[in-house]
Amino acid sequence: MNGVETRQAQDVIIRVEDLVKTFGGRVVLDGINLDIHQGQVTAIMGGSGCGKSTLLRHLIGVLRPDSGHIWVRGRDMTRFTEEEMETYRKRFGMLFQGGALLNSLTVKDNIALPLREHTRLEEKIIGMIVKMKLELVGLRDFEHLKPAQLSGGMQKRVALARALALDPEIVFYDEPTSGLDPVVSGVIDQLIGDLSRRLGITSVVVTHDTRSAFRIAHKIVVLFKGKVVAQGSPEEIRCSEDPLVQQFLAGSPDGPIPLRQSSRDYLEDLLDME
Amino acid sequence: MSQPERGETPVLIFLKHLSSIYYLFLETLRWTILKPLQGKPLRVHSVFLQMDEVGVKSLPIVCLVSFFIGIILVLQTAYQLEKFGAVNYAASLSSVALTRELGPLLTAIVVAGRVSAAFTAELGTMMVTEEILALEVMAIHPIAYLVVPRLLAMVVMLPCLTIVADLVGMVGGYVVGTTAVGIRSSLYIETALEAMLLKDVLTGLVKSVVFALIIAMVGCYMAFVVKGGAEGVGRSTMVSVVTSLILIILADCFFTTLFYLFL
Repeated sequence: MNGVETRQAQDVIIRVEDLVKTFGGRVVLDGINLDIHQGQVTAIMGGSGCGKSTLLRHLIGVLRPDSGHIWVRGRDMTRFTEEEMETYRKRFGMLFQGGALLNSLTVKDNIALPLREHTRLEEKIIGMIVKMKLELVGLRDFEHLKPAQLSGGMQKRVALARALALDPEIVFYDEPTSGLDPVVSGVIDQLIGDLSRRLGITSVVVTHDTRSAFRIAHKIVVLFKGKVVAQGSPEEIRCSEDPLVQQFLAGSPDGPIPLRQSSRDYLEDLLDME
Repeated sequence: MSQPERGETPVLIFLKHLSSIYYLFLETLRWTILKPLQGKPLRVHSVFLQMDEVGVKSLPIVCLVSFFIGIILVLQTAYQLEKFGAVNYAASLSSVALTRELGPLLTAIVVAGRVSAAFTAELGTMMVTEEILALEVMAIHPIAYLVVPRLLAMVVMLPCLTIVADLVGMVGGYVVGTTAVGIRSSLYIETALEAMLLKDVLTGLVKSVVFALIIAMVGCYMAFVVKGGAEGVGRSTMVSVVTSLILIILADCFFTTLFYLFL
């Protein structure tokens, strides 16, 4: 890497470069380029099936790209060995869409799990950390319940507490507000904002909730059909002239993003009943 | 199981599954044997939890089945042996058959129905709810966390269950042999012990270790290939039990032939 790039690397924590991924001949990611800056909230937006979940799975290292690179602090993540990947994964947290708490463990054991696996802290200290993380998401009284006894919003908050257990540098969020009522969505949004403002945690939020994205993000990336169609500050995105972006923001049913997904001609399809 | 893609014959799909299950087995062995030596300790607590789940909780049904099998064996052999006036040999015949064959086999079949299904349903649901992905992302290897304790628990507990099944089956045989069939108690015990060799018990235990590997690996593997929500979990669970049973019978046939020819 040359000098210019190294200088940028201090600010850019993750850089995605020409990322391509195909599944069974279908191109899902088609040359993605984007930068994720330290301490900022980056929202990755797009409609269903635009490839944003696939992109997220590359960022957390569970999928390997067909071509392209993901630089994490200047090191190529796509070539990580098993040990390097483990080290990388201990440094970030991830909030899954459904929470993905282990149903057989209590709330406390769920949050304690990464601590018990990756540190040699005493049980007393772990208990304290669990209480602190739960206080952060406002659920300190619930540590002895099983996930199934909690509401969807509470499960997500517990999952966030678990994601924060090892004090990560980066937190990835997969649809943090989907399926939640507006008030709980607001709570989650505020938590994400607080983490970045107060603790300097870098956040990557994959969402199709435009309201929430504009409320929390420093930078918005819009994906369509596996390509980045726009990226910039919320203001820049709002003023974007791109019809794709405008349709997405306005939520209009038809436009450059087609309402109908079929590739064949309608009349032809109707007549061809064989 | 995965939907067949275009151009894939059933044979190819079968070979694919075979190679994947082999890979899973190697990975599990790596995390059971190699990694603990490199400073990644086994989760002993989980192993004990699983031993309780697959072993202790299978005990009642294994005892029940083997007790009645013991009775049936003695009655059936006595029925034939009566014709030769050698009814006493029902004791030795049933004991040898139990320790060599029926003890390990029936225990494995009973446990396969219970445990393969439980493994696939539990881990399959975790697969669907992204819990397994979450473990991976937390840098907790799912094989080390989920599969290794289950495999170890099975390998320890199935031979134990088999020993219990052998004993309970013989007790069942003794009860019916000394009452309904009318063999003298001391004669029954003497004939039974005289006929049995240590070899018979040991080959039975070797088999049960192999059966344990089959049940644990098939149960876990079928969970990892679950596709498509609750329906997928149900289908995989069914396939998992059927596959374990078939593989157990095949392995049994193989080992019985081997022991017959070479031991």
